[in-house]
Amino acid sequence: MISRSAFPQWNESDARARLTSLIREHDGPVLLCLQDVQMVYGFVPTAAVELIAELCNVSRADVTGVLTFYADLRTTPPPAIPVRLCAAEACQAVGGRALAQAWQQACDQDDQLAVDTGVDEPIFCLGNCALGPAAMVGGQLMGRATVMSLKERVAGIRDGGRSSVGGES
Amino acid sequence: MTVWFVPRDAAAKSMGADGIASALLARGEEVIRTGSRGMLWLEPLVECASERNGSRVGWSNVTVADVNEDRLDTDHPAYLGEVDLLTYLSRQQRWIYERVGIIDPLDPQDFQHHGGLAGLKAAMAMAPADVLEAVKTSGLRGRGGAGFPAGIKWQTVADQEPQPLRGQPSRATRHKFICVNADEGDSGTFADRMLMEGDPFSLLEGMAIAAYAVGADRGMIYLRSEYPEAWDILCGAIEAARSEGWLGESVLGSNFAFDVEVRLGAGSYVCGEETAMLESLEGRRGMVRAKPPLPAIKGLFGVPTVINNVLTIASVPGILARGAEAYAALGCERSRGTQVFQLAGNIAQGGIVEMAFGVSARELVEDFGGGTLSGRPVKAVQIGGPLGAYIPPDQLDVPMAYEALADAGAMLGHGGLVVFDDSADMAEQARFAMECCAEESCGKCTPCRIGAVRGVEVIDRLRQGDNIETQTLLLRDLCDVMKQGSLCAMGGLTPNPVLSALDHFAEDFR
Ligand SMILES: Cc1cc2nc3c(=O)[nH]c(=O)nc-3n(C[C@H](O)[C@H](O)[C@H](O)COP(=O)(O)O)c2cc1C
Ligand code: SF4
Ligand code: FES
Repeated sequence: MISRSAFPQWNESDARARLTSLIREHDGPVLLCLQDVQMVYGFVPTAAVELIAELCNVSRADVTGVLTFYADLRTTPPPAIPVRLCAAEACQAVGGRALAQAWQQACDQDDQLAVDTGVDEPIFCLGNCALGPAAMVGGQLMGRATVMSLKERVAGIRDGGRSSVGGES
Repeated sequence: MTVWFVPRDAAAKSMGADGIASALLARGEEVIRTGSRGMLWLEPLVECASERNGSRVGWSNVTVADVNEDRLDTDHPAYLGEVDLLTYLSRQQRWIYERVGIIDPLDPQDFQHHGGLAGLKAAMAMAPADVLEAVKTSGLRGRGGAGFPAGIKWQTVADQEPQPLRGQPSRATRHKFICVNADEGDSGTFADRMLMEGDPFSLLEGMAIAAYAVGADRGMIYLRSEYPEAWDILCGAIEAARSEGWLGESVLGSNFAFDVEVRLGAGSYVCGEETAMLESLEGRRGMVRAKPPLPAIKGLFGVPTVINNVLTIASVPGILARGAEAYAALGCERSRGTQVFQLAGNIAQGGIVEMAFGVSARELVEDFGGGTLSGRPVKAVQIGGPLGAYIPPDQLDVPMAYEALADAGAMLGHGGLVVFDDSADMAEQARFAMECCAEESCGKCTPCRIGAVRGVEVIDRLRQGDNIETQTLLLRDLCDVMKQGSLCAMGGLTPNPVLSALDHFAEDFR
C-alpha cells in the first residue's frame, strides 16, 4: 500500500522485463505479478492481465479470477491521497461509524478533498485497535482519527510532496 | 551519554513517534528506535537512560513541543518514572514479548545481548527428535485460533519425506516448508504485528528451530498488506539474519540449511484460513481447500508444511532456552504457558498484556484496561476476534483459557478483547458479523456464501419489528445450518457473535 504522486504510464517492455525476473525467482507468481504491477503503475490495466497470463503460462481468465478476488487489487487508477477508514469492530466501539459519516460529509462539502482522497473504501482492521478510530491516509497509519486530523494529514501530504510508506521521517 | 528510546512501532508512529525521533535527532541526541512497550494509550512513550542498557525512565504522550522546549524532566506531568516498575508491565509475565520495546528490532547484537538465539543454539545441540519432544512437553498450542497442539503438528511433518514442488519433475530438489501465518485478520488483534515490528529475529529464530526439528529447508511468512511497517522490518531482519549466518546455507555454521521469504497478502480475510493462505501463496484465489489432505502432508506447493501463527512460532525459542517444564508450569488445565492478550476498542488503557493462561477477562478489562475509554459502563466484550462471542459484563469472571472459554460458549481465538460501552447496539453488531461473512466468504460452500446474505436480511427484518418470533426462529435455524454445514470456521463460527448478541442483548433487536 504505497502511495505515490504520479505513477508512470503503462510500458509493456519495462513490465515484461520486471515480471520475467520476478517469475524466474518465485514459485506461484500470478498474485506476485499483479501486486508488482499495481505497485509500479498504481493499478492493474487490462494489458497487464494479458502479459501476466502469457508470462505465467496460464489463461487470462485465471489471472482475472485472481485480480477480482483480492480487495487490494484495483483496475482503475487510485486517488492521489487515498483515505481509508477502519470499519472493523474495535474501531466501531470508539465511534468509527460516526467518523465515516462525518468524513463523507466533509468530502461532500469540499470538492478538492473529494477528488484528492477518492471514495472511502472501508478497510477491515489496520492493527491499531487500541487507538481507534484508525485510518490509513496516503499509506500512513493514524490513530484516534477525527475529521480534523484526517484533513490536516491530507493537507500535509498534499503540500509536503507525497511520502512513501510510514511516517514523516 | 544520554540515550533516548523512541518506538518505531506502527501504533506509536500513528500517534506521532516519528516526529519526536526527528526532533530529538535535530537536537543532536542519540536516538534508538525500538518496538513498543505495549502500553498503547501512553504512545508516543519516550524513554531515556544514561547508557544503552541502563534503567529507563519515560514520559507518556510526548509532543514535539515537549522536546523542542526541553520539557522532558522529572517535573513534567507526564513523567512516568522507571518504566519497568509501572504495574501494567511489572504484573505481566512476558515470555514471548520479553524483548519487545527494549531492543532495536534490527540490531543482531542487541537481540543476542538480551537472550536472543539461546533457543536456536540449545535446539541445535539436541537431536531433532528431542526438540519435537520438548515442544510436546511444553504443551504449546496454536495461537492462531484453533489451538491445535504444535508438537503433534510438527511430528506429522517430521514423519513425511521431503517432496519436489508441485509441477516439478520428481528428480527435482525436495523440500518441506515452515509457513508462518502473519495474516492477523481478526479485528481487535495486533500482537503478531507488534512482535514482528519489535522483535522480528525471535520469529526467524522460532522458524529455524521448527525447520531443524521437522527437517524443513524453506520458510515462508504470509504477511497482511495492511502492515507496511512490519514488512519493512521483516525484510530488514531477514537480510541481517542472513549476514549473521542465522539463515542460509549453513545456519550457525552447521550443515543445516534454511532460508525465509516474506509474501504479502492482498486484503482478504479468509486468506488467514490456512488452506486459503496456501492457495494465496501459490498465487491463486484464496479458496479454502477441503481437508484431507492435511497441509502437514500436502501443504505449500504440495510438500509437507508446518503452518503456525506468529505467536506460536515466537513462543518456541523461549521453550528451548528456558526449558519445556518451565513453560508447562505456567497456565491451567490444557492451556499451558502464556498468552499475549490484546485490549482494544472502547478501553481506557489498551495494549498488550502477556500473562499465563487463567487470568480472568475481568482482570484484563478492569485492572489492566481501566474500564472503558468513554467512562461509561461496559456493555459487552467480544473475545477472540470477529468470529468470537459477545460476552456481557456479568460473565467476565471467565478464566482466559481454551477449556474455560469453550465451556462458557466463547473462544480464545487470537487473544483479542474488544470492549464496547453501553452506547453499542448489539443488533447492529450482529448484522455486521453476517455482513462481513457475506463480504469475505470464499464462496466455496452454500451455508456461508448464501447463508450470510440471508442472515443480514433476517436481522434487518427483525430490527424492523417484522414478525419477531418467526424471524428469531429463522435466524437461529440459519445459524444452525451455518454452524453444521460450513466447510471452514468462517461460516462455521459467524453464528457466535450473532447468537451471543441475540441471547444476551435481545432487547437491542426490538
Ligand atoms: C476465516 C479464518 C481466518 C483465520 N485467520 C487467521 C489469521 O489471521 N492468523 C492465524 O494465525 N490464523 C488464522 N486462522 C487459523 C488458521 O486456519 C490456522 O488454524 C492457524 O494458522 C494455524 O496455526 P496455529 O496452530 O499456530 O494456530 C483463521 C481461520 C479462519 C477459518
Ligand atoms: S465456510 Fe465460507 S469461507 Fe469457509 S469454505 Fe465455506 S464459503 Fe469458503
Ligand atoms: S479494528 Fe480498527 S484497527 Fe483494528
